[in-house]
Amino acid sequence: MAVRVQAEDFDVGRETAALTAGRTDIGAIVTFTGTVRGEAKGRPIVSMTLEHYPGMTEAELERVEAQAHERWPLDASLIIHRYGELKPGDNIVLVIAASRHRHAAFEAAAFLMDYLKSRAPFWKKETGVDGTGHWVDAREADEAALARWDGFGSRDP
Amino acid sequence: MKLLYFAWIRERIGRPGETLELPAAIVTVADLVAWLRERGPEYGEAFAKPDLVRVAINQTHVKPNAPIAGAREIAFFPPVTGG
Repeated sequence: MAVRVQAEDFDVGRETAALTAGRTDIGAIVTFTGTVRGEAKGRPIVSMTLEHYPGMTEAELERVEAQAHERWPLDASLIIHRYGELKPGDNIVLVIAASRHRHAAFEAAAFLMDYLKSRAPFWKKETGVDGTGHWVDAREADEAALARWDGFGSRDP
Repeated sequence: MKLLYFAWIRERIGRPGETLELPAAIVTVADLVAWLRERGPEYGEAFAKPDLVRVAINQTHVKPNAPIAGAREIAFFPPVTGG
């Protein structure tokens, strides 16, 4: 289990290799990478700036990760989330979930993303081509996505 | 009390945080939001829609009816948009 909040970019292959080095018990690794889209509501953006709450952001990501481990038999996991100014195409977030079997890994990765989107204190501000900034509104669909995990998850692989 | 502001709440108030003496009559998070709203036009704008304000006490999410007793740090921010 590990959580990192950083300005620097990450390399999915390198992170996956480091997380699973020497592990022969793992049979399934699911990785999710979130990236910056170049447009918002049909208008191009030149950058996206992510603000966060140092201390609480790490604590909240750790709580979300711990919940995933309670619900699924995960053998390893990693969450990396970037902050600061990012450009279209840049990486924002990486989630890796590893387990003996694929179902737990797939489900836990989706759960981690749904939960961190609605719990981890990050705020996105998009800057358009005219230089004006716009705070991204929270999506009701993200909140609704949590409901599907109610009572879901199995410790039995 | 140490108060922190993030995203557009920080921008509207014009500072990332401050330390304020709170009246003893403030019991809950909702009381505190209502009190802050009256501190000036910039606060009024930041807290104009209390249902868009999320609050954390000691770096843990809380509901508006949560008591502030025992708080070391109270943060105010819009709904989160990470991921």
